[in-house]
Amino acid sequence: MVFEKDLNLDATELRLGLPGTSEESGKQASTTLRIGNKRALPDMNEDSSVAASKQCDQETAPPTKAQVVGWPPIRSYRKNSLQTKKTEAETSGMYVKVSMDGAPYLRKVDLKNYKGYPEVLKALEDMFKFKVGKYSEREGYNGSEFLPTYEDKDGDWMLVGDVPWEMFVNSCKRLRIMKGTEARGLGCVV
Amino acid sequence: MNYFPDEVLEHVFDFITSHKDRNSVSLVCKSWYKIEKYSRQRVFIGNCYSISPERLIARFPGLKSLTLKGKPHFADFNLVPDDWGGFLYPWIKAMARSRIGLEELRLKRMVVSDESLELLSKSFPNFKSLVLVSCEGFTTDGLAAVAANCRLLRELDLQENEVEDHRGHWLSCFPENCTSLVLLNFACLKGEINLASLERLVARSPNLKSLRLNRAVPFDTLQRLLMRAPQLVDLGTGSYVHDPYSEAYNKLKAAIQSCNSIRSLSGFLEVAPRCMSAVYPVCENLTFLNLSYAAGLQSIELTKLIQYCRKLQRLWILDCIGDKGLGVVASTCKELQELRVFPSDPFDAGNAAVTEEGLVLVSAGCPKLNSLLYFCQQMTNAALITVAKNCTNFIRFRLCILDPIKPDPVTNQPLDEGFGAIVRSCKGLKRLSLSGLLTDQVFYYIGMHAKQLEMLSIAFAGDSDKGMLYVLNGCKKLRKLEIRDCPFGDAALLEDMGKYETMRSLWMSSCEVTLGACKTLAKKMPSLNVEIINESEQTEFNLEDRQKVDKMYLYRTVVGHRKDAPEFVWLL
Repeated sequence: MVFEKDLNLDATELRLGLPGTSEESGKQASTTLRIGNKRALPDMNEDSSVAASKQCDQETAPPTKAQVVGWPPIRSYRKNSLQTKKTEAETSGMYVKVSMDGAPYLRKVDLKNYKGYPEVLKALEDMFKFKVGKYSEREGYNGSEFLPTYEDKDGDWMLVGDVPWEMFVNSCKRLRIMKGTEARGLGCVV
Repeated sequence: MNYFPDEVLEHVFDFITSHKDRNSVSLVCKSWYKIEKYSRQRVFIGNCYSISPERLIARFPGLKSLTLKGKPHFADFNLVPDDWGGFLYPWIKAMARSRIGLEELRLKRMVVSDESLELLSKSFPNFKSLVLVSCEGFTTDGLAAVAANCRLLRELDLQENEVEDHRGHWLSCFPENCTSLVLLNFACLKGEINLASLERLVARSPNLKSLRLNRAVPFDTLQRLLMRAPQLVDLGTGSYVHDPYSEAYNKLKAAIQSCNSIRSLSGFLEVAPRCMSAVYPVCENLTFLNLSYAAGLQSIELTKLIQYCRKLQRLWILDCIGDKGLGVVASTCKELQELRVFPSDPFDAGNAAVTEEGLVLVSAGCPKLNSLLYFCQQMTNAALITVAKNCTNFIRFRLCILDPIKPDPVTNQPLDEGFGAIVRSCKGLKRLSLSGLLTDQVFYYIGMHAKQLEMLSIAFAGDSDKGMLYVLNGCKKLRKLEIRDCPFGDAALLEDMGKYETMRSLWMSSCEVTLGACKTLAKKMPSLNVEIINESEQTEFNLEDRQKVDKMYLYRTVVGHRKDAPEFVWLL
C-alpha cells in the first residue's frame, strides 16, 4: 500500500476527466445549487420535511465554490473591478525589512508607497543618512561605499535597480544596505 | 371645465413635476390633456419596448428630457445574453428627424453605440446632460463626439458602464471655449487620460461641482485639480497612492483643506491606506461616502475614517469593514439613511466579513435608516425581527446572503419569520429582495402586509405555486416582479393574467413554467409581449408545449412585438 502511494500510481493513471478531478470527487459534487440550466433543488410538496431535507442536502454536499450563474447578484462591472482589485489588494502594503551594515536596528519600508527606484532610494538615504552612488547597468553603483541590495524570492542577494520596478516590488523580500569592502565586491561583479 | 386661458393652466402645470401627477392631469379632460401634452418636458419610460419613439414624439412633441431603461434588471447579473436588445439608436434617429429639442438623456441598461452618440451630439443643439448607467456598446470615440459637439454640455455622467477604451484623447475634444461643465464623471473608464487636457478643462469650468476621476488619474494630478476647483461638492478620486511622507502628499493635504464644499466622496480605486488621513478634514461635512471600490482599505482604516463622518446620510462600503466596523457606523452616523455593504470576495461565502450582528448594530444606532443593500454571510430570524422593530421606515430592503438557500444558522429554520417581521413593520416598503432559505410562508406574509410594494426580487425560494399567487394577489401596487430558480409554474402564471397589465414586467427564469402556458398567456393578452429567451440549440418548432422554458420575460406594451429581437428571443 505504502509502496503504491510512493509510486503515485494515481497521478499516472489514464482516466477521462480534467486533471485534478477524481472519481470520488465527482460523486460528492452534487451541489444543491443550480448551475446553468438544470434545477438541482428537489421539488418539495411536503411541508414539515422541507427544512429538514434541504438541510440534509446541504450537509452532504461539500462546501461548494461552484459559481451559480448570476449569483451573488452583483453588477458585472463591479465583479470585474473586484477581480482586478483582489490581485492588487493581496499585494498591497508591501512592507519589507531594511538593514544597514553597522546600524543597531532594522527599519521597514512599504514598497507600495513608491513609484520607482529614485523615490525609494531617496527614502532609504533619508532614513539611514547615507548616499548611494550613481547607478549604471554596467558597473552598478559608483562613487559611494554604500550599496543597496535586496534578497529576492529565490533567496539570492541582488543589486537594486537591475530589473523593472514592478518586478522588483513583487520579488523583493528584504533590503540590505551593504557597506565597505563587501559592497565593493558586489558592485563590481560583471 | 376650466375658466382659465390655456397659458395660465400651463403655468400651473409647471408646478406639477411628478410623472404620476402629470399623467393624472392629462386624464382630467380633453383640454387639460392637450395643454399637458404640449407643455410636458420630462418623460420617464421604464421599459423602452413599452412604447415606440414615434409614438412618444407624437404624444409629447415638447420633449426635452428623456429617461429610458432597456434590459431587464437581471441583465446586470449576466442572466440576459448579449444582443438581447435595448438599443438607443432608433430613439435618437426618430428624435433627430422630428427636431425634438432634446436637452437631457438618462439611460439605464441600454445598448449605446458610438453612432448613436455621434448622431445625438450633432442633432440637439441645446443638449446639456448625458447620464449613462450600466450601459454598454460604446467606446471613447463616442464620448469624443459628445465632447466636441455638445457646445452647452453641463453633465457627462458615466456610471458603471462597460466602455471600450480607444484612448483617443476624448477629453481633449472639449473645445477651448467650453466652460459650462457642472458634472464630469468618468470613473468607469479603464484607459489612460490626457492629464494636461483634464487640468485645462477643470481650470476653465468655474461651475464644476462634481468631478469623478478614473484610475489613470494619479495622486499629484488630483492635487492640482483640487487647487483649480476648490468649489467642488462631489469628488471621486482616481488612484490614491503615494508616499505619505512626501512633499506631494503635504500639498494634497493643503489642497483638500481648501475644498470646504465637498459633501460627497468616492473613488479610491487604488489606495495607499496611510494616505487616508488627508481626507479627514472633509469627513465632518460629508453626506455621501462611497468606498465600495476601495479594496485596499481594511477595517481599521475604514473605521478611523468613518469616526469623523458624523453627518453621513449615505454610506456604500465593502464588507471588510466587519461587524465591529458597522458598530462604529452605528455609533457615529446618526443621520444615516442609506447603507450598502458590498462583498469584497463574492465567490468565497466563508469569507464574508459581515453577519447579522453588523446589521442589528446599525439598525439600533441609525433610526433614520430607510434604504438597505446588505451582502452578508448569514442572517437570523431574531436579527431581522430586531431590525424590523428598530427601523420601521424602510423603503428599500435588499438582503443578499451569499449562500442563497442558507437557513437561520442558530435555529436551522427558514427565514420566513424574519422577512415577515420586516414587511409587517415597514408599511412603506417599496422594494424588497429576498434570500436565504424561504418557504411559501414568506410569500404569504408579503402578500398580506407589503401593500406598498412595487418591486420584488426572489431567488431560490418557495415551495409551490401558492407562493407566487400570494404575491400576485396581495401586492396591489406591484410593478416589477423578478424570479429565478423557484418552483413556480403554469398554475401561478395563468391564474390572473390581467394582473400583468397593471405591472411593468415579469421575469421568470429556471422556474417550472412551460412553453404551452407562455403561449396561452401571449394569446389571451395581446397587450403583453411574452418573450422566451432560449439559448439551447432547440428551435421554436422542436420544443414541445409541455417543456419548461428557461427564461421568460413579459411586459406590457402599446406597440406590440418589437422588431429588433435577436434569433434566440422568441416573441410568442
